[in-house]
Amino acid sequence: MRVKAQVAMVMHLDKCIGCHTCSVTCKSTWTNRPGTEYMWFNNVETRPGPGYPKQWEDQDRYKGGWEYKNGKLRLKAGGPMSKLKNIFYNPNMETLDDYYEPWTYEYEHLIKSPKSEHLPVARPKSQITGKYIDKPEWGSNWDDDLAGGSEIVPMDPNVQKLQEHIAMEYEKTFMMYLPRICEHCLNPSCVASCPSGALYKRDEDGVVLVDQEECRGWRFCMNGCPYNKVYYNWNTHKAEKCNFCYPRTEAGLPTICSETCVGRIRYIGVVLYDADKVKAAASVEDPQDLYEAQLDCFLDPFDPEVIEEAAKAGINNEWIKSAQESPVYKMAMKWKIALPLHPEYRTLPMVWYVPPLSPIMNHVTNEEELKTDGYIPTVDQMRIPIEYLASLLTAGDTDVIRKVLLKLTAMRVHMRSVSVGGIDELQESKLLTEADIDVETIEEMARLLGVAKYDERFVIPTGRREMDDDLHYKQGACSIDDLAPPEGMVTYPFERRKGS
Amino acid sequence: MEGIFWWVIVPYLTLAIMIIGSIYRFTHNQLSWVAPSTEFFEKKWLRIGSPLFHYGLLFAFVGHVMGVLIPLEFYHMFGISDHMYHAFAIYGGGVAGLMVVVGAVILLIRKMTIDRVRVHATFADFYSVISLLIVAGIGVYITLIYNTTVVEYEYRTTIGPWFRSLFTFQPQYQLMTGVPFLFQLHIIAAFGLFASIPFTRLVHFYSVPIVYPFRAPQQYRSRSAFKRKGI
Ligand code: HEM
Ligand code: SF4
Ligand code: SF4
Repeated sequence: MRVKAQVAMVMHLDKCIGCHTCSVTCKSTWTNRPGTEYMWFNNVETRPGPGYPKQWEDQDRYKGGWEYKNGKLRLKAGGPMSKLKNIFYNPNMETLDDYYEPWTYEYEHLIKSPKSEHLPVARPKSQITGKYIDKPEWGSNWDDDLAGGSEIVPMDPNVQKLQEHIAMEYEKTFMMYLPRICEHCLNPSCVASCPSGALYKRDEDGVVLVDQEECRGWRFCMNGCPYNKVYYNWNTHKAEKCNFCYPRTEAGLPTICSETCVGRIRYIGVVLYDADKVKAAASVEDPQDLYEAQLDCFLDPFDPEVIEEAAKAGINNEWIKSAQESPVYKMAMKWKIALPLHPEYRTLPMVWYVPPLSPIMNHVTNEEELKTDGYIPTVDQMRIPIEYLASLLTAGDTDVIRKVLLKLTAMRVHMRSVSVGGIDELQESKLLTEADIDVETIEEMARLLGVAKYDERFVIPTGRREMDDDLHYKQGACSIDDLAPPEGMVTYPFERRKGS
Repeated sequence: MEGIFWWVIVPYLTLAIMIIGSIYRFTHNQLSWVAPSTEFFEKKWLRIGSPLFHYGLLFAFVGHVMGVLIPLEFYHMFGISDHMYHAFAIYGGGVAGLMVVVGAVILLIRKMTIDRVRVHATFADFYSVISLLIVAGIGVYITLIYNTTVVEYEYRTTIGPWFRSLFTFQPQYQLMTGVPFLFQLHIIAAFGLFASIPFTRLVHFYSVPIVYPFRAPQQYRSRSAFKRKGI
């Protein structure tokens, strides 16, 4: 057993209101420099839809993540030898157009325009070339709230896989928000794709980072990450990615996206896992078994043996206590209501999602008299097709999704009977057995999902500073000193650009 | 005297700038040590230009090792006649050189005409590509045209020994004085390119990731000693 700690996140999709606050606060913290205009370490996409970058889930094209072939786990885009062969031109890499050409508006003109017959306007101007863009045609949220409708929705790779036709008539259509950050995977393919070894997973908290000094811009990580969450900075010619706001988490604070989340959908906590199990878990044959295999890697933070091994691995008491109180452990591992995004990529992602409930398609008549058991079939009639959620969260396994939705439904039914009354005793119904849950858990769940306060949603131990070997040297130093990409334009003699 | 300037002072000065400059940049400015990729902006032309150019360079590099670093006697020892050598050098070198030239022309045109690439190209970027094009252009000309129409010049008795003598610190500059002008120009232009390396993104070639196939796929590092890789 090789115990490692991972700081992980759960997002409760039912509560996301698609306000993009998380994206904006993240952007103004991390990607507001030249070269990073198009980057959104956190983005919120409306699904169904192509997402950002366009159709990132189309791995036939980007060749992200891992594949299991002939009894071996290998990078889908090809191993080291094939990467060296393709180093001069990476055939699978996305380009700016797969994201969008970032632009600003010429606001100056509003102030400086000479007197004229018509009102002055601020024209859009490319942040890449500085030229006017007369007609912006795509952006990071171009299809927000299904804008673009039946023209853009079919670009969603999940929709293309679905057997059944997705209705686009207003009364029948569905929609959900999917906020995305880097998954800080247990088996990160970005790390394995990097020829320079500049990407790495931190021992202490599992955060996946790019060493800005060692990155040589070979750009295989970009499409190597199946979630397309590594970005190419055209200014520094190096890769950048979400760093889980580690200067904040090291201080015990949640990431910026979580701190500012309006819907309070985000939870952060520590989980302990056995690093020796990771490779085997990523190598199970059937993609639908990956979810269970990943769950098997996690360790029970209350198990004395685990605690002992963790201590040997240098994980201190504060971290173990946090792991015991971790909301992520509860939701993803104990109650099993949070699921990993696209487990079939075999990276063992560590941002977990509670799937959203959605209105029932057919009108439920005489709801007041509905017996609790009557709620069971409603799960299959929800607006968001179970198949669609399964395509996102369980490699197509609808049973797992159905069970989670039943748990959430049971929670609603029970909490409603507690506060409003009027529905028959849950204990005696089949809903509980089908959902495989008891009333005590339901009430605990309802508290964490519904009313938990800041310190219950974010249980983050501070960085283990006592492990630093040169604390004296680091006194007063900036925690992102060695790692941070430079501010402003990168210059070197003869490499100066106009206007920098 | 002129011989000393061009074939002793210039080469040593060039190598000094190249080596000291590169070491300085490597130790003081890692943040600027990168491959100048513009694939993010444009893929279609790069797909042809960049592999053509780089594979050409690799072949040309091997050719230069064969022609300049390996002594003539070595070939004779293995019974490779001068005629055989030159026939191979003309075909092999010609193809490699043409690959470099065609690739570089594509890259240069791409750099000049595609807005997104041009706007972010620096003086250094243009300098590298243009001087490479000049060096390779002269190289192709002497391999394919001069060698076949004027004289099959035996550089393995002049340029080769002179170049090797630089590394034993007993430069035999006299060997270079009788060398045809185009060969001399090729060499001086190449020195112009070498001296510019530390100031351009050409530094990327020092960092070919040859260790990549031999390392563990997953990299863990501890925060307290993040420069020390391990596990
Ligand atoms: C074998 C080692 C080398 C590797 C792995 C390598 C790799 C690369 C890569 C990845 C790019 C960026 C291509 C792109 O995506 O735009 C590039 C560009 C370039 N390389 Fe190399 N390179 C190597 C050797 C060299 C050498 C020896 C030279 C010349 C002396 C050279 C000259 C260039 C130039 C001029 C460019 C810029 C091309 C442009 O204008 O777009 N490279 N190289
Ligand atoms: S999601 Fe993050 S950790 Fe996982 S492969 Fe992508 S960049 Fe790497
Ligand atoms: S801030 Fe929260 S609620 Fe708003 S879009 Fe982001 S995740 Fe959703």
